[in-house]
Amino acid sequence: MGENNVLRVHSFESFGTVDGPGIRYVIFLQGCHLRCKYCQNRDTWEEKIGQLYEVDDIVKRILKYQNYIKPSGGGVTVSGGEPLLQTRSLIPLFEELKKYNIHIAVDTSGMFSLTDNVKKLIDLTDLFLLDIKHIVPAKCKELVGFSNELEIEFAKYLSEIGKPMWIRQVLVPGYTDSEEDLLKLKEFLSTLKTVEKVEILPYHDLGKFKWENMGLKYPLDDVRPATTEDFERAKKILRNLNIKQILTKT
Amino acid sequence: MKFDAWNGFQNGDWQKEIDVRSFIQTNYTPYEGDASFLVGPTERTKKLWDEVLELYKKEKASEGGVLDIDTKTISTITAHDAGYIDKDLEQIVGLQTDKPLKRAIMPFGGIRIVEKSCEAYGRKVDPETDKIFHGIRKTHNDGVFDAYTPDIRAARSSHLITGLPDGYGRGRIIGDYRRVALYGVDALIEDRKHIIDLLNHDEFTEELVREREEFAEQVKALEALKVMAAKYGYDISKPATNAKEAVQWLYFGYLAAIKDQNGAAMSIGRTSTFLDIYFERDLKNGTLTEEDVQEIMDHFVMKLRLVRFLRTPEYNELFSGDPVWVTESIGGMGIDGRTLVTKNSFRILHTLETLGPAPEPNLTVLWSTRLPRGFKEYTTKLSIETSSIQYENDDLMRKFWGDDYGIACCVSAMQIGKQMQFFGARANLAKTLLYAINGGRDEKTGKQVTPKFAPITSEYLDYNEVMEKFDNMMEYVAKIYIKALNAIHYMHDKYSYEAIEMALHDRNILRTMACGIAGLSVVADSLSAIKYSKVKVIRDETGLAVDYEIEGDYPKFGNDDDRVDQIAVDIIKTFLGKLQKHCTYKHSKHTLSVLTITSNVVYGKATGNTPDGRRAGAPFGPGANPLHGRDTNGALAVMNSIAKLPYKYSEDGISYTFSITPKALGKDESSRVNNLVSMLDGFFAQEGHHINVNVFDRALLLDAMEHPENYPQLTIRVSGYAVNFVKLTREQQLDVINRTIHERI
Repeated sequence: MGENNVLRVHSFESFGTVDGPGIRYVIFLQGCHLRCKYCQNRDTWEEKIGQLYEVDDIVKRILKYQNYIKPSGGGVTVSGGEPLLQTRSLIPLFEELKKYNIHIAVDTSGMFSLTDNVKKLIDLTDLFLLDIKHIVPAKCKELVGFSNELEIEFAKYLSEIGKPMWIRQVLVPGYTDSEEDLLKLKEFLSTLKTVEKVEILPYHDLGKFKWENMGLKYPLDDVRPATTEDFERAKKILRNLNIKQILTKT
Repeated sequence: MKFDAWNGFQNGDWQKEIDVRSFIQTNYTPYEGDASFLVGPTERTKKLWDEVLELYKKEKASEGGVLDIDTKTISTITAHDAGYIDKDLEQIVGLQTDKPLKRAIMPFGGIRIVEKSCEAYGRKVDPETDKIFHGIRKTHNDGVFDAYTPDIRAARSSHLITGLPDGYGRGRIIGDYRRVALYGVDALIEDRKHIIDLLNHDEFTEELVREREEFAEQVKALEALKVMAAKYGYDISKPATNAKEAVQWLYFGYLAAIKDQNGAAMSIGRTSTFLDIYFERDLKNGTLTEEDVQEIMDHFVMKLRLVRFLRTPEYNELFSGDPVWVTESIGGMGIDGRTLVTKNSFRILHTLETLGPAPEPNLTVLWSTRLPRGFKEYTTKLSIETSSIQYENDDLMRKFWGDDYGIACCVSAMQIGKQMQFFGARANLAKTLLYAINGGRDEKTGKQVTPKFAPITSEYLDYNEVMEKFDNMMEYVAKIYIKALNAIHYMHDKYSYEAIEMALHDRNILRTMACGIAGLSVVADSLSAIKYSKVKVIRDETGLAVDYEIEGDYPKFGNDDDRVDQIAVDIIKTFLGKLQKHCTYKHSKHTLSVLTITSNVVYGKATGNTPDGRRAGAPFGPGANPLHGRDTNGALAVMNSIAKLPYKYSEDGISYTFSITPKALGKDESSRVNNLVSMLDGFFAQEGHHINVNVFDRALLLDAMEHPENYPQLTIRVSGYAVNFVKLTREQQLDVINRTIHERI
């Protein structure tokens, strides 16, 4: 029983401003099944470490920030790691937060089968920050260790049931930035009905030190960070999508 | 009272007796709109400001950053002739000496500091002046050291209590300079004379005699004020007849104060909404345009940016960047629910754009969650662009002080004209804790500073034992502290009485004995480490505890964790209680602040290794800040921790300095403004008291360190005031850079 009410947490950020609208209380969960080469938070992969927190304890923490969150139009964002690995415990957390009318966003790769539990979680979530890892299945596997069928299905499902989402695409030079692939992405996105925003995230290597701190070799050592020009070029390609905002985040 | 100058104003109690608040309440026009009415600087302003920038450049290039000193003239209200920047351009006139940025000597606080200052900048005090103050005229500083006891001296020289105003002017008194404009000086003199008549009882006690003398001094100071204004061609015996005169009269009142006193903080009060009433009248009758009004405000603010005092390099270590704390309090809400924001609240903030960013005047926004949205957005936008504004909780302070208080220095609220404080710097509680562990021996020198207490001798620190000894040591420090302050303020009144500032107060005022704490987060973390992990003591061969080894982790202040935050709360309550056991000079009310200004660096330097793992000599967190790098849950967690510190036990203010990168604040300008507004609303809704807001990248500061010439106006908020970053010492620059700047990868 206890397991369902416990979350494995990497860290908390009380003043998040880049993961969803307004001021966000961000919970970074520990554990991820993907192996993204550009990962900024390499220290969140391992699934057995991290601090355990009771759901009730986390709710108490969050409520202390209502005075900031509410007037800003913000809420809570669960990020990671991969939040959906802890779906069973997130459900009671979200149910509790709903009682206080707190906006909930989930930052995920969507690389999950649509089980009943996952569907229930989707229901409780107000906004998905859906990171499309790569639009081309084989390239996706090469970049993150998994092919993209599940996340494509995930996105389609969100669209079908009318769930708002912000699409994220990390722009990695030589990996995700070819015109051909971006056009494919554009084509796919144009079939989705609930995309509110597309965020192009220029790749940077500021998370490299975390790999090094763990004594690991950084896989993208030979890849340069994306520049403003890269970003502008990608933005141009994705332009004319019937979406209000195409934005960057750093 | 009846004056033609008051035509067009609503009648009220303010005409029957001196009551500026009544005048404001009956006459001001709240402004709920946005900043779109503002206009840019006039040609005349631009030209004059360029001349000032030229002067700044010369000042910066001069030895020690001091352009010139009048080493001969003992500064008084009337000692110097009129001085100008450029007489033809200036709309508001008046300088401290006969030339801009030329510093005056004010030896009544202490001749030694004047001599040392002059020497530091390659000058010598005039021999005649020297002679007068060595043997003929006693100073405040001489008086204090006549009275100091050996225990005070020991506590002082070991830095248990530091920064005491025993060799320099205490400041932190705000004259109600608005009275000069509204009533004219003659009416103020009449009022004082009436009081003197009342001070004639059968029991002619020492207290009464002193009061009569003080009020007589005030009358003389007001007479001198008129003489000073006459040197500039103005007769200010009667009320100001228009807006320009109102600004000029008010400024003359302030100018007299800064000619008379080299006080640690010389704040101006809460003037912009008062002045708005005059501007509104002149705008309505067509004698001024918005351009004219902004020009007058720009020229007024320019004068406030030229205020200078002669101070020693040691003083600069305590309060770096040559601050004078010309604090102006802006905005807030009235007790009747109307906002006190007026168009002129916008105009004074707008000087950060018309003249560019600057540390002075110390622009302080009195924030209420109910402030008009347009004002909230304008002031936060300016914060994001200039890092030059501090915010204090009006919803909180209004409950204590009503709606006509102002901030003296950084965070000290006082009802204007009805309250003053005896500035008391601060006690180093981190060092107090180390003394508790070592039985009163200094952890650096090994010297027995306090009477011998039993030291802790166990290998591991026991929380209860430490708390008991810490409690005893706080008891001792509180006693010595109040003794020192009583001596200081008695002598300051006797030898360096602020006659002109006190002449602009009511007869019966509230006096506070403003004590302070340094090192709060260090003590809270140390006690938390002792309580929640194991702390092993490392002793030298004499048994002196010189270092600590921590086994395990412990909750740290600044993470919204009640286990340690409550310790910090308890320290404040306990220490105030101990101060309250002691009688104070003039029966002043004991208050406390959690504010270090920039002296957190110096205090840290004088303090050895602490049980929280902080290394000897490392700076404390400024004010109520967590120690650098200990906060790991983001900015709002820090705010929640600090908001728990109870204002009612720390009425002299609780200072928090907050720095964030633009990117961490939000993706674009509008979300940054929105996030900052929400952040301030939230912090103050939780009863946080004060916050400095800095928005910059670390890289910018590093570049400014290397190329100061490219950043002449780069302003940042430190603890309770703003400074030109390039005027900080290198050590302090590094302290600012090493502080937590909230950012996200």
